[in-house]
Amino acid sequence: MKNKKKVSFPHLGNYWVAIEFLVKNALDADYIIPPPITKKTLELGSMHSPEFVCSPFKYNLGNYIEALEAGANTLIQTGGVCRLGYYGELHEQILKDLGYDFIFINLAKVSYRKPYTLFSDFKKINPRLSISKLTNYMSLMIRMVKIIDKVEGFIRENVGFEVVSGSFDKLLKEFLEALRKVKNKKDINEIYYDYYKQFKAIKIKKPKKPLKVGIIGEYYTIMEPFSNRYLEKELAKKGMIITRTMNISNSLFLRREKDVKTKIKGYLQYDIGATGMDTISEALRLAKEGYDGLIHVKSFGCMPEVDAIPVLQNISNDYKIPILYLSFDTQTSETGIKTRLEAFYDMIVMRKEKK
Amino acid sequence: MKIGIPRAFLYYKYRYLWETFFHELGCEIVLSPETNRQIVKDGINYAMDESCLSSKIYLGHVHYLIDKCDYILVPRIANFGLGEVVCTKFQAAYDVIANTFRDQNIKILNYNIDHRKKQTEFKAFMKMGKELNKRKFEIIRAYFMAKQAEKTYFQLELKKQQELLKRDSELKVLIVSHAYNIYDKFVGEPIVKYLEKLDCTIIIGEISPKQEAKREAKEMSPTLPWTYNKELLGAIKLYQKQVDGIVLMSSFPCGPDSLVNEMIIRKIKGKPILNLVLDEQEGNVGMETRLESFVDIIKLKKDVVNEKQKES
Repeated sequence: MKNKKKVSFPHLGNYWVAIEFLVKNALDADYIIPPPITKKTLELGSMHSPEFVCSPFKYNLGNYIEALEAGANTLIQTGGVCRLGYYGELHEQILKDLGYDFIFINLAKVSYRKPYTLFSDFKKINPRLSISKLTNYMSLMIRMVKIIDKVEGFIRENVGFEVVSGSFDKLLKEFLEALRKVKNKKDINEIYYDYYKQFKAIKIKKPKKPLKVGIIGEYYTIMEPFSNRYLEKELAKKGMIITRTMNISNSLFLRREKDVKTKIKGYLQYDIGATGMDTISEALRLAKEGYDGLIHVKSFGCMPEVDAIPVLQNISNDYKIPILYLSFDTQTSETGIKTRLEAFYDMIVMRKEKK
Repeated sequence: MKIGIPRAFLYYKYRYLWETFFHELGCEIVLSPETNRQIVKDGINYAMDESCLSSKIYLGHVHYLIDKCDYILVPRIANFGLGEVVCTKFQAAYDVIANTFRDQNIKILNYNIDHRKKQTEFKAFMKMGKELNKRKFEIIRAYFMAKQAEKTYFQLELKKQQELLKRDSELKVLIVSHAYNIYDKFVGEPIVKYLEKLDCTIIIGEISPKQEAKREAKEMSPTLPWTYNKELLGAIKLYQKQVDGIVLMSSFPCGPDSLVNEMIIRKIKGKPILNLVLDEQEGNVGMETRLESFVDIIKLKKDVVNEKQKES
């Protein structure tokens, strides 16, 4: 077991728990959790990235460098339908040019027509991997992602009203630690039911008609809290229900393209690329449900999300729902975001009182 | 029937196809003028801040055509099959225009290419012809005439360029840039003109045997998803031995180019490369200085090589 691979994958919210599970169990390898994202991560990533690439590229690169320094020797990157589809090849090139020695598993090379290529990629990490083992652990990983999403969704709706500040956060940390120890489906389910009960038992004080705000937008920036300067935490401090449907389960495992397509009628004729269509369908849903405001989140220059904005502006006019547009790049300051959120909050409170 | 065509974006890739097609169908074409200050200004006005310069210019051209024609042509192109996608700007073009100019009641003539959903160019043009109330036979005929014209023009351009490549004594610069940038009066033309003033022969990356270029690109960069960028990357491979320097010219902040240019700089060795990113800022004094020093470098390099050849 001496040459056990040391695998790493860039951070995205709390999903590292599920990835660690898959790597450890299916791939029989160690998982190097990238050090938590800090300013230094971003600086490292930016330094070696092309200047006007979208910021998720820079975060990912920073994660890779820090993981390699922490001992990782096998890196994974996914494919995707926007610039993400080309991230992997360039990440690999940049890291090789920096002189690092590693194996790079680029899932963008996996052909949809030949799912078997995915398997052979993972076999590079664990030569004794069998298809049944991989599919078994994949399905468990998916289950894990789903319960993380469910728990986090529940937190988002309630954390703004907690009586003892920090109680949700503390329990979330415990929940994730517990989840790291699971071995099988039974464990996962037990932990889910157990903790869900505990989350529900946390004392909250919700007003009769609480403020409701939806967060929509681009994949990475919406899910990685450092990259959106802890937007959700800031909002929670103000005491409101936060809804964010965009997560891994809803975008990868539960998404029904037909549903999305029927919802966007009147505003979009076509799929405008990547998450653009989902942003629009979610904005419409929340507008119709009478949300008090929406916050559109993206990394600077994100092509599909920039193209979603003229559509969002029309929705905002038609449904009289305020939308705050936030664009994050490497320079975005936390204070700047706070000020804009403050102003937005005051405005939607005033509107609600008028009603 | 007047069809308005914005002289921007995909016009520069499909002008022969479009113009012949509508001409053969007996439609009148209203082409927006070459990009000028006013068009850029209007485009910036309508576009989102973070859109690329080229798409801002596109909106300016669409705005110009409003009330000057019966239809404005705004195609939507998503992909030419698996692994052959285009920038999401082209995927979203129809919806962006429809939403941006919603209150102006514009009539859009649209065609949709999405091979993964079995929407080919031929099908798309058939639908477009029907929208214009033309008979099936007429449309088919116009389409094939247009394809033929397109092919002829491409071959002509390619032949011209090959002549240029043969001129040994001159300083040759390959400009790698999307068609809608290099041919645009506001974006690419000043650069081309200035390089010509510095006695450079301009080789245009956009003009290449496309299939061959794409094969080369696939070898160099297997996961590169964008078809138009593949054509350009492959062209570098095809032309690099015959030119003295390479200029990469992108509009700020072009998504695909932001990654691909970096890859090019890292992979193409042995030829000086200048990476130009153009935005809507006025004044190109800085640009001229950069071009001048770039030309100085490639001149120097060429002289050194020539000296060596003489010696041996």
